[in-house]
Amino acid sequence: MSRAAIADAHAWALPGLKGQAKGERALCSWDEDTITLAVAAARDCLRDNGRNAPRSLTLASVTPPFADLQNAVIVASALDLSTSTVCSDAGGATRAGLTALAQSLESSAEGDALVIAADRRSAKPGSMQELQFGAGAAALQVGDEGAMANYLGRESVSHLFVDHFRATGEKHDYYWEERWIRDEGVAKVVPAAIQRLLTRLDRSADSVQWFGLAGAPGGSDKLVAKTLGIAPEKVIPDLAANVGDCGSAHAPLQLVHALENARPGDLIIVAAFGQGVEVLAFEMNAVSRRPALGLAGAIAARTPETAYLKMASFEGEIDLDWGMRAEADVKAALTQQYRSSDQINAFVGGQCRTCGTAQFPRLPNCVKCGAHDSQTPFPFADQRGVVATYSADWLQFYLAPPLYVGLVQFDVGARLLMEIVEVGAAGIDVGTPLSMQFRIKARDRKRHYSRYFWKAVPIR
Amino acid sequence: MATGIKDKVAILGMGCSKFGERWDVGSEQLISEAFNEALADAGIERRQIEAAWFGSALDSVNVGNSAIPLATALRLQGIPVSRVENMCATGTEALRGAAYAVASGAVDIALAVGVEKLKDTGYGGLPVPGKGTLNDLWMPYCSAPAGFAQLAAGYRAKYRLDRDTLKKALAHVSFKSHQNGVKSPKAHLRKAVSLDTILNAPLIAEPLGVFDCCGVSDGAAVAIVTTPEIAKALGKHDRVTIKALQLASSSGIESGTGDWDGSNVPNTRSAAAAAYKEAGITDPRRQLSQIEVHDCFSITELVTMEDLGLSADGEAWRDVLDGVYDADGEVPCQIDGGLKCFGHPIGATGLRMVYEHYLQLLGRAGERQLKNPTLGLSHNLGGVPYNGVAAISIVGLL
Repeated sequence: MSRAAIADAHAWALPGLKGQAKGERALCSWDEDTITLAVAAARDCLRDNGRNAPRSLTLASVTPPFADLQNAVIVASALDLSTSTVCSDAGGATRAGLTALAQSLESSAEGDALVIAADRRSAKPGSMQELQFGAGAAALQVGDEGAMANYLGRESVSHLFVDHFRATGEKHDYYWEERWIRDEGVAKVVPAAIQRLLTRLDRSADSVQWFGLAGAPGGSDKLVAKTLGIAPEKVIPDLAANVGDCGSAHAPLQLVHALENARPGDLIIVAAFGQGVEVLAFEMNAVSRRPALGLAGAIAARTPETAYLKMASFEGEIDLDWGMRAEADVKAALTQQYRSSDQINAFVGGQCRTCGTAQFPRLPNCVKCGAHDSQTPFPFADQRGVVATYSADWLQFYLAPPLYVGLVQFDVGARLLMEIVEVGAAGIDVGTPLSMQFRIKARDRKRHYSRYFWKAVPIR
Repeated sequence: MATGIKDKVAILGMGCSKFGERWDVGSEQLISEAFNEALADAGIERRQIEAAWFGSALDSVNVGNSAIPLATALRLQGIPVSRVENMCATGTEALRGAAYAVASGAVDIALAVGVEKLKDTGYGGLPVPGKGTLNDLWMPYCSAPAGFAQLAAGYRAKYRLDRDTLKKALAHVSFKSHQNGVKSPKAHLRKAVSLDTILNAPLIAEPLGVFDCCGVSDGAAVAIVTTPEIAKALGKHDRVTIKALQLASSSGIESGTGDWDGSNVPNTRSAAAAAYKEAGITDPRRQLSQIEVHDCFSITELVTMEDLGLSADGEAWRDVLDGVYDADGEVPCQIDGGLKCFGHPIGATGLRMVYEHYLQLLGRAGERQLKNPTLGLSHNLGGVPYNGVAAISIVGLL
C-alpha cells in the first residue's frame, strides 16, 4: 500500500502526515490474518528442507484472531502436522516473537521446534501507526544439529515502560510520544542489555556483523548501534521503506534477513524492545539453507495498491453497504468442520487405489471409477495447477470484487472449483499456472468466527 | 426391455401465468392462475385429478418445503401430492413425475405444477442457495452467472476463438430472444434491445453482461396429463403427446477430473442421446420444429446448440451469427423469448417451455405462430455446467 495514498486521503484534515508518507507498507487482503500469514511463512520455511517435521509449534502474535481457541493449532492443522505436535500461543508484547524463539532454543525437548511470529496490525485511520504498521510473518525451525546458525545466548530485561498499550478486546493501540520512547526508553535500556550480552559472550561490539532492533521508534537502531560502537553498515534494514512494523514478527524478520545474507562466522544480534527488551545472539555456520521464497522474495511478490478506501475496508475501518446478498449467513457446522478437518485445513484429498485418480473432496466413492472406500490421503497444498475455466464474478457478495472463480486443473490430474486470489492487473486466462495458499474462506460476522480453506494464486 | 414413454402420455391441458415481477401476487395466486387455465383447457373438473407433482426450487423465498403448499393452494384433499426439486430442472421433474404415473397405469389423470416466487428477496438476481455443510466449507460462493460464464472461457480456449467474436455471438443470442419476447404476451421482458446496448452493458460475470443474463421472474406453469385414449374420450382430437422425457446428472466427473474441457455440458449430451432414442429422432436439426433451451445465460444457449447436436462442435457461434436459431431460421429457438425474456421462475421454467410447444403444436401461438410445427424440444439445466442436471422433454402431435 502506498503511504502517499494514505496521506493523500487524510490531507484535508491531517496535512502533517504527508511528511511521513514515503514508500509502502504491507497490506493484507480481507482474507488474510495472523494465522494465514503464519501458515505462509511456515510453509516457506518447511518446504523441502530435508528435516523431520517439528515436534512443537509456537505462534507468537499480538494480533491473534482468536482469544480462546488456540491459534497455533489452526496453523499446525494447515501444515498437516501430527496431532502429537506440542502447540502453544505466545503474545502479550511485540517482543513475543524473540521471546518465543529464545524459549524454544533453550528448551531441552527432543526434536525440532517451529517458531512462527506473525502479526496483522490494525491502526486508527489518520494515526501515525496507520502509516508505520505493516503485516508479516517469520518462521524459524530450531533444532540441535545441522543448523545454519548457532544460538549463543540472550539477554532479557523486563521493565514496565508503557510506550503503547491496547486493552483486551480493543482494536487499536494507544501510543505515547516517540521522542520519550526513544530517549527515556530505548536509549537507556537497549544498549546496556546488548552490552551485557556481548560481555558475557566475550565478544566486542565491532565484531557484530548484523544488528537489528524492532519495536522502537524509527532511527532507534542506528542510535543504539552508534552508542555501542557497531558500524552503521552492520545495521539490518528496518523494513520501514516497504513493509512497515510487523509487531512480534518484526525482529524475527530482521533475523531472517541476516540469516539469508550472512557469511559463516558472522555474529548476529537482534533485539526487540517492549516492556524492556529481548536480545538474542547467533553465529552463522557454513550450512546453507534457503526458504522457497524468503524475505526478499516475499517482498518482491507484492501487489501494488493505491486505493485507500480499499485498505480501510479490508481493515474493517469502513463498513461498505454490500447489499442484501451480504446478509447470507455463513455459519459453519463445527461438527462437519471437525469431521473433514484434514480435508479443509490441510487440503488433503484422496487418491484412488483402484484407478490412481487424485481428487478433492475425498468422498466415499471415487470420482473417476466409482470404487468404494478406495482412497488414501493425498495432499494438495503443494500441488500446482492451471486455470481450466474461470470467470470474474461482479454479482456475488465478495469483499475484494470481482471474485475470481474457476476450475483448477491440477498437474496431478485432479480438478477443483476454487477461488483465485491475487489476480492483479495482469489478469488470468485458461492455462495460467497456479499455486495454493491458505486463506480465510468466510468470516461469520455475526458470531465473529473465521474459517479457512485454500485458494489458488497465479504464479507470475 | 424398457420401451420408454413415447406416445403413452398425452397433454390434456396446460396453463401458464403471466411471468415477471409479480409484486401483486404470491405463489398461491400464481399457481391458481396457471392451474385455472389448464383446468379449463383440459375440460375436466378438479376432483378428476388423481395425483399431483409440485416443483419449486428455492423454498426459502418461495412457499416452503413439502407438497402441502400446493395441496393447500389448490385444495387438493386426500390425493397423493409430491414435491420435487432439482434446481432449474425442477419444472421438468414435476412433469416427469406426473407423466410416469400415467404411463405406469397408476393413475388416469395427473397434475404437474411448477412455481417460483423470486421477487420476494429484496434484491436482483437469484438468492444464494445453500450447498450443504461439507461443500460450504470449501466451495467458493459464486453467483449463477459466474458458474455458467466459465463455459465461455473453456469454449474460447478450445476453439481458439477471440474474445470479441464470442462476445458478438453471445450478443446475438440475447438480441434474438428480445426480438421474440416482444410477441409473447405473458413474457416478463417484451422490449427489443439493440446489439450495441447488449454489447456495452455492465459486466455481471466476465464475459457476461446484464443482457447475457435471463430475467429473474415470478411465475407458474401447469400441465394436466392423461393417456392418449382418455384424452380422445374427453374429446381431444388434436393430441399433443410426450415423445421423450430424459434427465442426466453429473457424478462430479466434470468438476473433479480432467476429463472435461469446459466447452460444453456433458449432461445435456447424455440426456439428448437418450431423448432422441426414446423419441426416435435421428436428425434433430431437420426433425425438430422448434426448441426451447435453458438460456439462463447467452453462453449456455450457445453451447447447448452443440450439445443437442444441432450445430457441429465449435460451430455454434457461427450458426448463431448466421441466424440459424432466429425466429425465421432453420431451427427457431426461444420463440416465446426463452428464459432470457419470458423469464425464469425456476420451478416453473421446464413446464413453461412445454407450454410454448403445446401452443405452437395446436396452432394457438398468436402472432409468433410457426408454420406447421410437429416436434418441439425443451431443455433445462440445473446447477452449474460442471456439476448439475440436464433435463430434456420432447413433445409432438400424435
